[in-house]
Amino acid sequence: MTDTTTPRAGRVNAIGLAQTDYKGLPSTLCQGCGHNSIANQIVQVAYELNVRPAEMLKLSGIGCSSKSPAYFLGQSFGFNGLHGRMPSLATGALMGNHTMRAIAVSGDGDSASIGLGQFKHVLRRNVRMVYIVENNGVYGLTKGQFSATADEGQELKYAGTNEFPPIDICMEAILAGCGFVARSFSGDAQQVRELMKAALSHGGTAVLDIISPCVAFNNADTSTKSYHYGKEHEIPLHGIGFVPSEEEIEIEAYDPGELRVVEMHDGSWVKLRKLEADYDPTDRMGAMHRLQWAQENQELITGLVYYDGSRPSLAESSRLGDTPLNALDESRVRPGREALAGLMDGLM
Amino acid sequence: MSTGLIEGQALANPDGAAADLIINDFSIVVATANGTGSQTSNLAILRALFKMGIPVNGKNIFPSNIQGLPTWYHIRASRDGYTARRHTSEILVAFNQATVIQDIQALPPGGICIYNGDWRSIPQRDDITYYAVPVNEFVRAADLKEKKLRDYIANMVYVGALAYLLEIPLEKLDEALMFLFRGKRRTVDSNMGVVRAAYEWSAANLAQDHPYRVAPMNETEGQIMMTGNEAAALGAVFGGVTFAAWYPITPSTSVIDALNDYLGQLRRDPATGEATYAVVQAEDELSAIGMVIGAGYAGARAMTATSGPGISLMAEFVGLGYFAEVPAVIWDIQRVGPSTGLPTRTSQGDILFTYYLGHGDTKNVILLPSSLRECFDFGYMAFDLADTLQTPVFVLSDLDLGMNNWMSEPFAYPAEPLKRGKVLTAEDVADRGFARYKDIDGDGIAYRTLPGNEHPLAAYFARGTGHNDAAVYSERPDDWKNNMARLARKFDTARLLVPGPVIDEPEGAQIGIIAYGTTRPAIDEARDRLTADGLVTSYMRLRALPINDEVEAFIARHDHVYVVELNRDGQMHTLLSSELPELATRLESLALLDGMPLTARWVVEAITAVEEDRPRRRSANGRGRRGATELDLSGNGSMSPGNDMPRGDSGLTDMGHDGHNREVIVEEME
Ligand SMILES: Cc1ncc(C[n+]2csc(CCOP(=O)(O)OP(=O)(O)O)c2C)c(N)n1
Ligand code: SF4
Ligand SMILES: [Mg+2]
Repeated sequence: MTDTTTPRAGRVNAIGLAQTDYKGLPSTLCQGCGHNSIANQIVQVAYELNVRPAEMLKLSGIGCSSKSPAYFLGQSFGFNGLHGRMPSLATGALMGNHTMRAIAVSGDGDSASIGLGQFKHVLRRNVRMVYIVENNGVYGLTKGQFSATADEGQELKYAGTNEFPPIDICMEAILAGCGFVARSFSGDAQQVRELMKAALSHGGTAVLDIISPCVAFNNADTSTKSYHYGKEHEIPLHGIGFVPSEEEIEIEAYDPGELRVVEMHDGSWVKLRKLEADYDPTDRMGAMHRLQWAQENQELITGLVYYDGSRPSLAESSRLGDTPLNALDESRVRPGREALAGLMDGLM
Repeated sequence: MSTGLIEGQALANPDGAAADLIINDFSIVVATANGTGSQTSNLAILRALFKMGIPVNGKNIFPSNIQGLPTWYHIRASRDGYTARRHTSEILVAFNQATVIQDIQALPPGGICIYNGDWRSIPQRDDITYYAVPVNEFVRAADLKEKKLRDYIANMVYVGALAYLLEIPLEKLDEALMFLFRGKRRTVDSNMGVVRAAYEWSAANLAQDHPYRVAPMNETEGQIMMTGNEAAALGAVFGGVTFAAWYPITPSTSVIDALNDYLGQLRRDPATGEATYAVVQAEDELSAIGMVIGAGYAGARAMTATSGPGISLMAEFVGLGYFAEVPAVIWDIQRVGPSTGLPTRTSQGDILFTYYLGHGDTKNVILLPSSLRECFDFGYMAFDLADTLQTPVFVLSDLDLGMNNWMSEPFAYPAEPLKRGKVLTAEDVADRGFARYKDIDGDGIAYRTLPGNEHPLAAYFARGTGHNDAAVYSERPDDWKNNMARLARKFDTARLLVPGPVIDEPEGAQIGIIAYGTTRPAIDEARDRLTADGLVTSYMRLRALPINDEVEAFIARHDHVYVVELNRDGQMHTLLSSELPELATRLESLALLDGMPLTARWVVEAITAVEEDRPRRRSANGRGRRGATELDLSGNGSMSPGNDMPRGDSGLTDMGHDGHNREVIVEEME
């Protein structure tokens, strides 16, 4: 596993942790796999945001992508679950302790094929977590079958020709009611990091659809999920900069046609320097339209595609208090003797 | 408590001379069409008898349909305290024209039939007594436009007629309705108006030409009445449940309905609305169990409730829960399978499936409640066991126990505090270190930490993949072997922790009976009868799996042990035979599955037949007959009135029917 950024030895962040404290075990994925670079960005982001390892939960399904939580945040709790079923596992775990933050990693097979149902339903429920789909258009771990995000008409050595239209992770997310939908490219490390920081500040489920090439099975230049294609065709909707809540944001007088500033759930800010002048990430229909257009023209648009911070999270709509369910003591969860006696009387 | 009576035996002469009155010892069957609101009427009768101090049990035999198909409600009154279903009912309320021919056929000689006098003709038998009630007259008098309400009123008419014929005091019916309508006086009054009118009409126009009467007793003083699913939910609440996820399926839905009810009352701050729990309706059972496993991993007390088809969808996650060692509580309210089967009928068909659920070498802990009291007790104990053993725990109830109304002594408050098992705090980790899957105590149960634990060494990566003591991925053969051996050791520890069998071994017992769950009332009654017939039996009621030494010792003490259960293949018999191969030849399977709750009569006849047959069989080839469905007498076997009726269109099955008393009418009448 190679780091994209290696801080000088001895450097620590505001809570006294070095970047290495956010690492996991050495990766066993292929050299050059897009998933490795995403894992490295997570390490970097956690370090930069002064994340306490104990407040972060890692979750994943099954696949090469889903293995990667072993390779970051080694001091954080994690659960590597079942193929396509990470969303339900995450929902339960994050209801069990809703004060934790979470980074969940899934693949395109995991989320768009076997797990499409759970993917959509967790978004409806708006469980607070960062949901990363490491999208390579193929099943890596089972060696090269088409996933549901593969390009229509694409040809692969093992799998032959894909006859079916692709599922678009971002469109599905928006349709399901997700309030933070972003697309990025693992080759664009800086954008991945800024989006990830913004996603961690979101109060509900934040979907990051990150094109993450599989160098073993789907990296031919013609594939929209390849490095070459990504490098050549990435169209950022905006330049994105994250400003943590503890820093003061400089909102210099700006031309709303050029810069847009979004305040996040936790008081931090996202600055979007517009590249596509009339793109408005808070316009749901506009976002859907732009995604559709991109799909038809095989454009890799990246950035914060859609944002709406207004929906309550599942923990909020369930009216959970400050103490997580897993820390409530007996006096709060087992009603007293009088309660039972009263109920018994009522049934006589 | 027995008088040695079994159904049919005490039938007096049909003239019903006063000297031969049959008091508090008969069954009523109410035949109606589904969705007409008859549940309120039936429950009112049931509860009125209960409040008279008479032991009763009610069973709803309902179709998989929302409206229109036949439904039968059985009420058994038993001065001897028997609550099993009876093979025949002496009193028929024939309010469904579609089934009246069969319903009348099923009456025993001397029985009575209360029917809608507006029907043009009904089958005539000269050995039963008929009471025609002019239902339409009452309905017209009520002057209602809506058909639903007219059906509903019609059902209150038979309540009044029965009250007169059996001598049920009207104030007891009033009391029962007050209970059912949660004290809404005006609704009760409007219902009682119909009941009273029908009562008065009956008094003026019908003669009590039959021997059946009720009379006050004091056998139910201090007892409660509710359904098993409600008791299960209450048990969970007193077990400190904090999370539930579920997907609706008959007959389990009312577990969660009741849970929501109780949690709303007891675990939500009335001022702020803040909750100390969450109940999530998932998109399917796969997701429901995924949430439960996630929450259990986080340290919540998490449960789900489902039935057979849902268990099928839960297989992969249960295997993960077993292997990653995550506590979870899964209530399986069993119904008849395979596949959608008979979704509104009862069975004990998921024993083997749940015991081994999960691919690879999986074995699960199972609790087997047989009564309301055990639904409540196991409701909280299941969490203690799941947390202690760090594994999914199944509780296998069934439709009969879960959805029908039973009597019980009031539940006792849990004697011990919650058992959260081996959970390390941050301080514990600092003191002693942490390796998630290390067997420090030799009982196969390792220590765990919960997400949120602040110690830097507390975190671990839970996974379904091979791992070593420290929860690190491993494909080493000895890591795999050692871990699986530890899980087997843990299962042996479970043998000592789960509730043991309840054994009754009277002096002079010649044969043994093993049973579990809701066959209990039928077995209790059958044993009394067999004893009266001169065959004394021992009884071991299993309350959990895995089995322990007591089970082995009981079988070893008997040459011949019958394993009685409600499934086709004798699943518990299979399981015991495989766990105790050296004792397997002593076990004889008596298995029955027709969708109906077991009767004492079937048990008596099945055991008697095998016992009489035994010497001959021994000299032949020594192979026992499996199952005994054919032993039941008369053409209809152990079935109920309406046996030959079409039971609904498979395309309609399980479209949300839950057999529950959600009376739309109630609100409209207020
Ligand atoms: C129930 C189930 N079915 C099939 C598999 C086999 N399987 C493992 S990973 C995988 C595909 C993973 O693809 P994706 O989610 O795109 O991850 P990638 O390896 O491409 O990162 C499959 C089919 C499994 N583990 N579980
Ligand atoms: S097979 Fe593909 S997805 Fe899997 S590790 Fe290798 S490059 Fe990555
Ligand atoms: Mg993939």
